Amino acid sequence: MPDKNQHEGLKRNRRPNKKFISGKKDPFPGEAPIPEVQLKKFQRGKKIQKLKNVKKRAKEFIEKSEMASNLAQKQAARYDLMLPEDAGFLEGDEGEDTCTVLQEDIAEAVDITSGAKYFNLHLNQFGPYRLDYSRTGRHLLLGGRRGHVSCIEWQTKKLMCEMNVMETVQDIKWLHTEAMFAVAQKKWLYIYDSNGIELHCIKKFNDVLRMQFLPYHFLLATASATGFLQYLDVSVGKEVAAICTKLGRLDVMAQNPHNAVIHLGHSNGTVSLWSPNQREPLVKMLCHRGAVRSLTVDKTGTYMVTSGLDRRLTVHDIRAFKPLHKYFLPAGASCLSLSQRGLLSAATGDVVQVYKDVWGGGKISKPYMAHRVRGSVWGVGFCPFEDILGIGHGEGFTSMIVPGAGEPNFDALDVNPYRSLKQRQEWEVKALLEKVQPELIGLDPGLLSKVDKVSFEQKHKERVAALGYDPLANEKFKPRFKKRGKSASGAVEKRKKKVAHEDQRDVIRKTVAEKLQREKERKESAKQQGMQWKKTALDRFKK
Amino acid sequence: MDSSKRKRVKMAEVVFDEDDEELSLDEENIISASEDEEEVDDDRKHTKLLEAISSLGGKRRRMQAERSEASLQVSEFSVNAEGAGEKVQLSDLLGTVEKTPGAPNKTKKQLRNLQNLKETLELPLSRQQTEKIQRGVAYERSSTEVSRWESVIAQNQKAEQIIFPLKQETAGPKRVEQVVAGWKAQTPLEQQIFSLLHSNHQPVVDPVLTPVEEASIRAMSLEEAKIRRAELQKARALQSYYEAKARREKKIKSKMYHKVQKKAKRKDFLKQFDEMMKTDPNAALEELKKMEMSRMEERMSLKHQNSGKWAKTKAIMAKYDDSGKLTSESHEVTEKPDATTAEEPVRNQAQDEDQEEMEEENEEEKLLRHFEMKRKLRKDGDDNLVPVAQQEEDGVLEKPVGDVQEDEKEEEEEEENDEEEEQEEIVSEFNTLFNRLMKRPQKRTEPPSRKVTQVQEAELIHEEEGLLDEGLVHARTVEDLEDLGHDGIVEKEAVSGSYAASVDTASEPHGKKKRKEIDPSEVLTKNANAIKVPLAPTLVEGDEGEEEEGVSAQMSIIKEAFAGDDVISDFLKDKKKQEEAGQPKVVDLTLPGWGEWGGVGLKPSRYKRRKFRLKPPPAAPEKTRSFRRSQFETCIRSPVGQTWNTQSTVKKLTAPKVVTRLGSIIEPIRKEDFLKEEKSAAALKNKPQIVLEEKNRTSRRPGGGARGEQKKKKKKK
Repeated sequence: MPDKNQHEGLKRNRRPNKKFISGKKDPFPGEAPIPEVQLKKFQRGKKIQKLKNVKKRAKEFIEKSEMASNLAQKQAARYDLMLPEDAGFLEGDEGEDTCTVLQEDIAEAVDITSGAKYFNLHLNQFGPYRLDYSRTGRHLLLGGRRGHVSCIEWQTKKLMCEMNVMETVQDIKWLHTEAMFAVAQKKWLYIYDSNGIELHCIKKFNDVLRMQFLPYHFLLATASATGFLQYLDVSVGKEVAAICTKLGRLDVMAQNPHNAVIHLGHSNGTVSLWSPNQREPLVKMLCHRGAVRSLTVDKTGTYMVTSGLDRRLTVHDIRAFKPLHKYFLPAGASCLSLSQRGLLSAATGDVVQVYKDVWGGGKISKPYMAHRVRGSVWGVGFCPFEDILGIGHGEGFTSMIVPGAGEPNFDALDVNPYRSLKQRQEWEVKALLEKVQPELIGLDPGLLSKVDKVSFEQKHKERVAALGYDPLANEKFKPRFKKRGKSASGAVEKRKKKVAHEDQRDVIRKTVAEKLQREKERKESAKQQGMQWKKTALDRFKK
Repeated sequence: MDSSKRKRVKMAEVVFDEDDEELSLDEENIISASEDEEEVDDDRKHTKLLEAISSLGGKRRRMQAERSEASLQVSEFSVNAEGAGEKVQLSDLLGTVEKTPGAPNKTKKQLRNLQNLKETLELPLSRQQTEKIQRGVAYERSSTEVSRWESVIAQNQKAEQIIFPLKQETAGPKRVEQVVAGWKAQTPLEQQIFSLLHSNHQPVVDPVLTPVEEASIRAMSLEEAKIRRAELQKARALQSYYEAKARREKKIKSKMYHKVQKKAKRKDFLKQFDEMMKTDPNAALEELKKMEMSRMEERMSLKHQNSGKWAKTKAIMAKYDDSGKLTSESHEVTEKPDATTAEEPVRNQAQDEDQEEMEEENEEEKLLRHFEMKRKLRKDGDDNLVPVAQQEEDGVLEKPVGDVQEDEKEEEEEEENDEEEEQEEIVSEFNTLFNRLMKRPQKRTEPPSRKVTQVQEAELIHEEEGLLDEGLVHARTVEDLEDLGHDGIVEKEAVSGSYAASVDTASEPHGKKKRKEIDPSEVLTKNANAIKVPLAPTLVEGDEGEEEEGVSAQMSIIKEAFAGDDVISDFLKDKKKQEEAGQPKVVDLTLPGWGEWGGVGLKPSRYKRRKFRLKPPPAAPEKTRSFRRSQFETCIRSPVGQTWNTQSTVKKLTAPKVVTRLGSIIEPIRKEDFLKEEKSAAALKNKPQIVLEEKNRTSRRPGGGARGEQKKKKKKK
């Protein structure tokens, strides 16, 4: 700790050993310590350990920026105290399985507002339904297969709009705000506003089956029945990329929230990872023996869960592209979804199961919760910042309470569930200003903060090869030939020596002189001190 | 110092004077001519004309020498011969000297010699040369002046924030002295009063001395002035003397002379050195070091490579000796002497250096200690000083034989240290490997060379492939790491990845090649954990009653039944194709029938095929994550924006580099602001009217400081 404190140049010591008048000592001097765990939580990137062969200027700069990073980290860790909400889980009595607890019982047990969040919508005419929650978790979008589209402010149960598009609806998705949503209809992609007014019909995007919206890039990624993966920039309305995957019908799709890579599941059991910058998949991995039915990626971008026709559920570590766990489900899972806190919901037929600790602990043998709905499940989705799982099925929509699903603390600058209209408008402007360009989508989002020395060197090498000389190299001194023995090797060496390190000489000379001077002074002072020690009473007569 | 020298000095003075005369002679003539026109008298005019004509032709009238400066002793060389109108010859004076009985013979002789002296005196330095010297001096002065600012500039550049104006006035009440100190008379009445006071040299605020008194004190006394002038004179004379001497010596071409000179110098130096040893051993040691350094530098240069007696004879003998031993030795001779082998010849060769070495052996312990100290310093301080490093290297080279072993030990230790450092570097890259390495100390203690260790490490890496997860495996948090550890049974599996160069630089495939291919079928058919679900699904998907979905469900059931047969082989094929596409291919340029028989059933010969198959160069090394551009990376490591930081942090991180206060005048930095002890002339001129006691003490006698310095200098002399 002490050396860390030394590094903290920016830090102000609140009470630097201030003494009380009474003479009492401060029992807790200095700033309050921050627990390591919290510090680790806010660590960004790696600290640079060694500073070898770094020039002085650069060293100062590095130290300064390290100090800034430290400050930011410490401050953030300190302010972490201000997130008081904590997540909890459903705990059964002894011998009681949590998965046997009925939703009705939970709704009765909890407070009225929470209890009201368990509800069913009986919509048996136009089902089965797909659903999507807005990023703030306040708005729900329902799309019935037979054309019924409605958006609801689901907590207040306020209907924002409802309509029938008179066409098959394959998928629905909110765009960056709750003012706009996209509907993949039978032929084309449509965009409506929250009042149900058709804003756009995008004919370039045809036969869309699944959609994903990348909120920080303002990209709507669509996967079509013809095997095309297309990206639409919704901020400017331009098609960013259209990739022919040549992998058949694309009806399984998920996004990696960590790096905005799109995952597609295919009928041959493979999952491919895509970015708009590349025509080929970034990675293609074999996950199942049968077709992939559904897949989802966790918030940190570390784990991917897939389910296939072989009735297996696999958890993959996508940093290493390795499977972690494999489970066998009685009837394979058709829909998967991961909550903000890592709960996994899997729909098998008309039963929705929720699993806890899918990757953290050991192997799981039974679900955390289970709920039976009326029809076969068509879409599941956890509501952000709420302990709610939305289930769209053949007979309508069910909102299920899943304790411990949502993130209890929200970042009001990013997504604020309680934001007003004005706040939303301001957020929109800021988000547009901070929009990330699609070129930056790749497997490692931190790549931007690194220097690609290797390719620079390679390029330089090629350049040298092409030019025939090194344009960056300093010209080497070549002594001219002189007669009369002046070009003898010794003389040449001498001449070379004369110009060696010409650029640094002054500095070196100066620093050396300074150092010698300092050394001399030090010696003198030491000598004087020695003299003082020797001083005797008789010295006073000395002159 | 004495008489001869003084004479020379005086002569030099005379010469200078005469030069001046010659320069001003023509002017004098012109002036006199103009004056003549005013004269009315014809006779006088005529005589003047005659004079002028005569002066044009033969002897020139000499200007009377004037003494421009007062001197204590009146020189006999510049005595005016007034009224004579002719130059005073030396003989005129000498004649009288000869006659005077009191004059000593010695001086007479000297004077006679002087008369017979035909040598001309040296010219003063040319204009270009003097200007060059002046320029040099001026450059020195101005560079020191400018370099004073360097620290301030560096400080300001380094500062995170500078707030202008630099002199912040503190808020709140001030002391009376502070308020009054900077006060100036502003209103006309005040100005009048102060002008009156000043004009009468009246004290404004109880000063002890009136300005007149101060001025008188400040002025130099006559004695001091005399001393000063004498000094200056002396310095000038000495300068010219040395100039002359140096010039003369420079012209001497004799090698013998220089040799003798050098030898004398050396002897002199040695004598001095001996004296110094007695009086000031520390300085002597330093001197010794300096000597040693220069000797080392000399010896290090290639000049003395094969010039030794022994080496020369060896080289000559090598020609006649056919035994291989000698020749090999002669070959060695031509090479730069090694640390251990070069000792003997070097010692034999330079006899006069033996003395120094004797001394060196005496001082060896000290030197060793010194080296130790330097080494420590070097370790402590980051910035390596060139001379220190050199010294060390040289020291290793030049150690006498007795010490070589010790030194070798030291070197070994150093090497070990270095190797340890290297290893640490490598180890830090492979954290998991580290522990293994630590467990094998016997391997680390005897690393013969760096390459070998690297090879070993490479082997180790291969051995511990399982432990080492290269490439994309990097745990983001510690928890993740733990997770990985817990999961232990992570299976290897087939991943076909064609990472785009532009997007990804992950170095996964490198390690993958080495890995044993695990049959994916094994992976996929591995037993999965069955989950018991309390609620069994009532509906099977096929029973949904929809025509379209019914068909797809049917298909899915069929697929499910035949799952796992072709999927894996397809995937493997695909993977193989991808891998092959990434690899460079052999280009076959053989043309059948060229230079040999062609036709159906005839193949081109093997030689030809080998000749025309162009093998691709080995693939470029995989991009590794050896990024060491720390400056950029640390800078960009943590974000600055509000979205990611607390408010106070953002404010601090985005604080402007320069802050100016509205409405305040920003004046350039003055010297006084950072050099407190020096007060510039401008500041003195701008003195406020009222000067209080505190300030008085420092600024009362500006002359006093300078005088004090002079006195100090004198003491030094």
